[in-house]
Amino acid sequence: MQPQRPVIRVVLAEDGVLLREGLVGLLGRFGFEVVAAVGDAEALGRAVAEHAPDLVLTDIRMPPDFTDEGLRAAVELRRAHPGLAVVALSQYVEQSYAADLLDSDGGRRVGYLLKDRVVDVPEFVGALRQVVDGGTIVDPEVVRRLLRRQRDPLARLSAREREVLALVAEGRSNAAIARVLVVSEAAVGKHVGNILAKLDLPPTEDTNRRVLAVLAYLTGQR
Amino acid sequence: MSRRNPRTLLESVTRRRFLLTGWPWRALAYLLTTPPVALACAVPLGLLGLPWLFLLSRGTGLARLPLGVLAFLLLLGAVLLGGFGPLLAVPLGGLERARLRLVDSRPVAAGHRTPPARDPWSWFRTRYTEPATWLALGYAALLATVLLVLSGAALALLLLVGVLIAAPLLVVSGEGAVSIGVTQVATVGEALPYTLLGLVLLVVVPYPMALLAGTHGLLARTLLAGGTHARLRTELVEVSRSRARLVDAFEAERRRIERDLHDGAQQRLVSLTLQLGLARVEIPADSPGAAAVADAHEQAKVFMMELRELIRNIHPKVLTDRGLPAAVRDLADQSAVPVTVDAELPGRLPNAVEATAYFVVAEALTNIAKHSGGTAARVWARQRDDLLTLEVRDDGRGGADPGRGTGLTGLADRVAVIDGRMLLSSPPGGPTLLRVELPCSRNDP
Repeated sequence: MQPQRPVIRVVLAEDGVLLREGLVGLLGRFGFEVVAAVGDAEALGRAVAEHAPDLVLTDIRMPPDFTDEGLRAAVELRRAHPGLAVVALSQYVEQSYAADLLDSDGGRRVGYLLKDRVVDVPEFVGALRQVVDGGTIVDPEVVRRLLRRQRDPLARLSAREREVLALVAEGRSNAAIARVLVVSEAAVGKHVGNILAKLDLPPTEDTNRRVLAVLAYLTGQR
Repeated sequence: MSRRNPRTLLESVTRRRFLLTGWPWRALAYLLTTPPVALACAVPLGLLGLPWLFLLSRGTGLARLPLGVLAFLLLLGAVLLGGFGPLLAVPLGGLERARLRLVDSRPVAAGHRTPPARDPWSWFRTRYTEPATWLALGYAALLATVLLVLSGAALALLLLVGVLIAAPLLVVSGEGAVSIGVTQVATVGEALPYTLLGLVLLVVVPYPMALLAGTHGLLARTLLAGGTHARLRTELVEVSRSRARLVDAFEAERRRIERDLHDGAQQRLVSLTLQLGLARVEIPADSPGAAAVADAHEQAKVFMMELRELIRNIHPKVLTDRGLPAAVRDLADQSAVPVTVDAELPGRLPNAVEATAYFVVAEALTNIAKHSGGTAARVWARQRDDLLTLEVRDDGRGGADPGRGTGLTGLADRVAVIDGRMLLSSPPGGPTLLRVELPCSRNDP
């Protein structure tokens, strides 16, 4: 059981009725309160204005055009309500989606996940919590692809450094990375320093800023 | 050209047993039916051509006409004949093609195009702008003049032969002398040699008659039947259009299937997998059902991925949603060989072009991964004016050959459907460059 924590109030935007119901059930089970579940971007804007939730969970493709209404609404909401946590769900990897979202509101309290992640319930819920707590979450698949795309500048990184970078980009702390790779936290710190140096990025102690620097670098290289 | 069975009157004339076949009778039937048709055609044509006939009738006095009148009459005749002539010539062509069967057993098809729509305006536009109509008008003019005279003369000759043979009877039944051509006979005795002459002629005359009818038929076929070239071109245009229509329909169908799968099966499957995931959390790890639920959940996840892949192959959603550059980047992500993408397009392209371009890149990247042995590929796309140019290059071993294997042929076919061009440079040792140019007009969504 998780430790008792205040209920996280969620506005959910998803046009598929089945998945919307499923998500409502899932969130309710894990200590979230879904204050509004809507099916399109316009209703999402209204619901957020009305309920002032802690978290917005939105599909990117929604009526009427099924392109990126959810994403545009999310970016807009973050501009209007600074500090609002937003997690966007995407059907497929699209780097510009991730970039648009991560560019908003300093890149804190923001998540970009592939829709299929919702079926891994504990991981999904953990990611939502991390975002509400101020973290930045980018789907591992997105990171993997960005790393693949940017083969050339990253060629300078060692295999170990690349592993570390992928974990950094997933928003993990140095301690968490150390646990995953079974090395000391100091070693992780050294790796991160080397990576930032090799990519000409400013060194920083803030995980989110670090992630964003890396992602901005990756998405900027088109 | 010695066929067992002659197919035309002209072929049959050269056969020894010509007189014993049905061909002379067919020639006769053709000659007999020509004058009525020709006359029926000559009267309206003559009316339409009155201004010209008037000019012709002036003969040498033409020079004394004022220039304005001359020009006016010339123009009026041209307008009348050009304007109303086809209305006569087109149905006449149909009749003459039917009559042609008498002297030519080969099938004959009209050279007319099918009007694009069923309204009169579209019929007129098609008829007045195609060569078949004006060739028919030319035939009508010939029929109303030269052919009318010749067939008339041939029938007169036939009549003369008949009179020669029947001379004794005419003398017996008639009152006094009978005039035969240039002479006169008064008695049966005098008439008998003419009968013999007539009988001899009866054997000879079918040949020139058949030649005349056969030549007429040849002329009719030349002017009224769609030349193979013209017909082939028309058919080719039709085939290309229907092929493009098929591809469009096919593409639309794929989109529909993709949409149905995505909106139906996929949504349900995600929901089901989510429920299994929830159940997995709820069921205590040491309970008997836990392993089964965990297994079902894992299987459902695999199935989810497989269905997603299937849908992507039917019609990539990213292409529908985000357009070609995003879809190509997505393809590059999936590729086993590292691919760099440089695609800058001003906007969305027509569906057919997008689908074809995507197919080209997908196929090319598959080929590179399978056959090239290359370590890097590059996709480049630009649109200039109304031309989308795609280039896919790799640093593999080269030697790609459209003749070997169907992949490249299939590509060329897909590109050809929308009037595109495909160029391939793949020397042994590489590099391989595939360049595809697709005509497209920008559409603003």
